[in-house]
Amino acid sequence: MTAALSIRNLCKTYGNGFEALKGISLEVQQGDFFALLGPNGAGKSTTLGIVSSLVNKSSGDVEVFGHSLDTAHAQAKMCLGVVPQEFNFNQFEKVMDIVTTQAGYYGIAPGLARERAEYYLKKLGLWDKRNQVSRMLSGGMKRRLMIARALVHEPRVLILDEPTAGVDIELRRSMWAFLQEINQAGTTIILTTHYLEEAESLCRNIAIIDHGRIVKNTSIKALLQQLNTETFILDIDPPQSVLPALNGYRARLEDDHTLVVDVEKTQGLSGLFAELSQQRIEVQSMRNKANRLEELFVALVDKNLKEEKRV
Amino acid sequence: MKPRELFIAFWTIVVKEIRRFMRIWPQTLLPPAITMTLYFIIFGNLIGSRIGEMGGFDYMEYIVPGLIMMSVITNSYGNVVSSFYGTKFQRNVEELLVSPIPNWIILSGYVVGGVSRGVGVGLIVTLLSLFFTDLQVHHLFVTISIVLMTSILFSLGGFINAVYANSFDDISIVPTFVLTPLTYLGGVFYSIQLLPEFWQGVSMLNPILYMVNTFRYGILGVSDINIAFAFSMLLAVIAVLFSYSLYLLQKGKGIRS
Repeated sequence: MTAALSIRNLCKTYGNGFEALKGISLEVQQGDFFALLGPNGAGKSTTLGIVSSLVNKSSGDVEVFGHSLDTAHAQAKMCLGVVPQEFNFNQFEKVMDIVTTQAGYYGIAPGLARERAEYYLKKLGLWDKRNQVSRMLSGGMKRRLMIARALVHEPRVLILDEPTAGVDIELRRSMWAFLQEINQAGTTIILTTHYLEEAESLCRNIAIIDHGRIVKNTSIKALLQQLNTETFILDIDPPQSVLPALNGYRARLEDDHTLVVDVEKTQGLSGLFAELSQQRIEVQSMRNKANRLEELFVALVDKNLKEEKRV
Repeated sequence: MKPRELFIAFWTIVVKEIRRFMRIWPQTLLPPAITMTLYFIIFGNLIGSRIGEMGGFDYMEYIVPGLIMMSVITNSYGNVVSSFYGTKFQRNVEELLVSPIPNWIILSGYVVGGVSRGVGVGLIVTLLSLFFTDLQVHHLFVTISIVLMTSILFSLGGFINAVYANSFDDISIVPTFVLTPLTYLGGVFYSIQLLPEFWQGVSMLNPILYMVNTFRYGILGVSDINIAFAFSMLLAVIAVLFSYSLYLLQKGKGIRS
């Protein structure tokens, strides 16, 4: 099956000599929900910029559903919908005009453009605002407007560069649900995000990019299996002034009610509960200390930084 | 893209451009109407009546073609330079860059947008001039084709200016320091035959002189220059500017990193 997106040896050196991409290669399969993660300045936006034709590449190849951006760019672009990080629509245009104009750029006749605009504006809760000038919209509405605009030509691949940055939790959840819905309907989704929780709950596959190189490209499932230790926070009763002896578990008291325990993959939780029970300590509630993916992400980026320094 | 899709994309840009200058008509359509009416009253009526004839015509009759052309030039240029720079500034040029529209369609759309405003304002000024003088068109084909070609040429000029512009100051430099002096010295208000021989020669280097005089020929049937040469020169300059604009778009100058 042809990959939805295929990138080979992509390099980008900016005019000031900064090498943003150092030969990255990756493939995103059709129907995937794919996350491109990395710290600020790692090369995520440059990669998506090249794929979206907003940035000129220095070398390498990009294909969208088998259409090369160099030799069949119109076909490749037809397959792509792009939601950039920054608001980039005309602030003086009306919501409806922004969406139908974008449809026109893809050769969609005005009647069909209006139908599609109505569908997506309704879907994204913007239909009531269709005659409003775009600069009057709230931040969340502007972001949804960019999604409606990117979908109006019904692309096979939707690229979102930090789609939920600065969006409140409620809206973020509703956007997640919408993205999952269109992904289930067959649209391949590629997103960058700083919210690792977002990547963990939405995406099936992931690439971590750092200093212009892919440091990991795997499935979320496989990545999380690499996690050897998980940290749990336990609310305990009665209060403890001294750290209880927990045979084989690394633990510390955060306060007299809160016990933090590192649990190795091989250890399991039953032993921990047994140890606590023996000491008549009751666990009232328990939660993960942090996002699991975050720990891996930090570890991978740290490792890459050390390797870069060694080189 | 199929031909029909290309046409829809092209028409979308044209409609967007027309919608833009119609939306801000107090900035785009009203000022030239007021300015040109003042020119007609002050230069044509008040001062013109004391000047007498110019090139065998009433002074008012003589300056009307030049003033119409001046409106066409400044509005064609001004429309594209401000619209495309605004598109760059607000980053909504990205809407075009991510789409499959070929560069020549993007360029043609902006140029036709510029021509729409240039010719639209030219018509408004022409209608206003009818309050002050009788306009008899001597050569319809020359009149229409020179207006269109001039408008296309300055729309392309505005596009190139917008591509290079990095600030709003950059889009006013050329109109203020190049276009306005060249227009005023391009035979709008006088026949170059009034000038000493040396300055006549210098004036012949001014491209706007050829446009104004060709248009005047179309309306009045008199000209200081060779009409065939003017048309050939305009065609050549349009071809060069169109090719250069396409090259800039292809390269992504000022719009792609």
